[in-house]
Amino acid sequence: MDQSRYIARHVVNLPKSGIRDFFDIVAKMKDAISLGVGEPDFDTPWHIREAGIYALEKGKTHYTSNLGLIELRRAINKYVEQNFNVSYVPENEVIITVGVSEGLDLACRALINPGDKVMYHQPCYVSYSPSITLAHGIPVPVPTFAKDGFALTVEALRAAWSPGCKILMVNLPCNPTGGTCDRAQIEAIAKFAVEKDLIVLSDEIYSELTFEGVHTSIASIPGLKERTIFLHGFSKAFSMTGWRIGYACGPATLIEAMMKVHQYSMLCASIIAQEAAIEALVRGEDAMKKMRDQYHRRRDFIVRRFNEIGLKCHLPRGSFYAFPDISQTGLGEKDFALGLLQAEKVAIVPGAAFGENGRGFCRACFATSYEQLIEASNRIERYVQSLTAKNW
Amino acid sequence: MKPIIKLLLEGGSLNTVQMAQVLNLSEAEVNRQLDTLKKDGVLLGLRPVLNLADEDSGVVRAVIEVRITPERGGGFNRLAERISKFDEVESCYLMSGGYDLLVFVNGASLQKVAAFVSEKLSTLEGVLSTATHFMLRSYKEHGFLLGGKVEETERLKVAP
Repeated sequence: MDQSRYIARHVVNLPKSGIRDFFDIVAKMKDAISLGVGEPDFDTPWHIREAGIYALEKGKTHYTSNLGLIELRRAINKYVEQNFNVSYVPENEVIITVGVSEGLDLACRALINPGDKVMYHQPCYVSYSPSITLAHGIPVPVPTFAKDGFALTVEALRAAWSPGCKILMVNLPCNPTGGTCDRAQIEAIAKFAVEKDLIVLSDEIYSELTFEGVHTSIASIPGLKERTIFLHGFSKAFSMTGWRIGYACGPATLIEAMMKVHQYSMLCASIIAQEAAIEALVRGEDAMKKMRDQYHRRRDFIVRRFNEIGLKCHLPRGSFYAFPDISQTGLGEKDFALGLLQAEKVAIVPGAAFGENGRGFCRACFATSYEQLIEASNRIERYVQSLTAKNW
Repeated sequence: MKPIIKLLLEGGSLNTVQMAQVLNLSEAEVNRQLDTLKKDGVLLGLRPVLNLADEDSGVVRAVIEVRITPERGGGFNRLAERISKFDEVESCYLMSGGYDLLVFVNGASLQKVAAFVSEKLSTLEGVLSTATHFMLRSYKEHGFLLGGKVEETERLKVAP
């Protein structure tokens, strides 16, 4: 029996994640230094873990409201108000999700009719295009470029726009490029969204890890709140990736629509994670700032080293990713990454895993110890030198 | 805070070559800055943090609460500095609350620590009383947990 003929067409056509391919190769290799991860190297701060344990001890083992614990939604509103300059009603404008990934999926499924076009900038997080496809939408990638520090520009948006575009997805600061936009650029994007009557899905998961300037949320631009779904979570800022906890804020009508999908699929996010998330918001700021400071110094180091080595690398203004241009070596990003892994046992991720516009680049995560970063950079240097020697 | 101090505090056991790489300085400049910190009395020394629970370290540690009489002109300082100079004293702090000085003492045996307290410390002029607590077990030293083996948390090698 050929079971594959039962699989839905749009799932058959989904490409396998480029990261997955690479993961299989790295997993077999012992003692490789990995700059290939997409998460903090710190464990969740103990006081947050302890709050999770306490929740279990108290018997917090039941379902919560579909929207999530009201105490958490209140804490989220306070946090978002203080840090993002926009305010939501905890009772009906906030929903707790299983990570931002679920929030994004909910928004896509709640808003997209078959054939609707969804714009998103690329290179981008691996799930963007598949989330649109799974909701029967048409992905419309908008390129970002190293010369702009991978900021999203209105010129690129205009060039990519066509009638039928309904949604714009943005992720600033961006995984994998670390690119972000300053306030003037955000205002220009906001104006474009209003002009073209787009709903904005704004994934701001790396916002706390902004190293230069102040992070501006597009939801805070006057007139944008009514057409924006603000997506955020705890994974990166509070080192809580494995807890799978995030949230979406937006106009009550849209949150209600997302809640419908959520209640019939996920029902609610884990109550243990929700309890721990309250602790993170109420008392987690100091630990978060300490981690950010460390990422900041590690970023300065690794970006400087890439440039010294001869791999041109823009300064990522946010996130914990460096995205060096490896095209000068004469190799494609996949061959470069594979060669580096085989010759020097350092794992980085080929940029094409994040979309066509990632070709010629590789992503290196600097959320790891100085010792590892120093050793990795020395090995990369040796590898690049060996390539240059061959080319001569 | 100076970058080199931040690095010393968070950098684990980086050697000067590695520190130079991280700070984008020459190794000579790193050494110069470290020397300046030493000269200025900021960097007093670098010591290993050891877990000697399984070893026969032969060290007995005690914490002593000391009440002393402050002196006109010098307050608590003269006597506190005098107490600090004993080799047995590892650390000494002026405290608020029910006693004045908190003194951490190391000795080769219980008897030696007891002898230090009864013969040296409590007989000093100005020392009113002492209360000695012997340490039974250590769970955390200078930010390092001592409870058994350090568990390596597993991270996926490649993740989106």
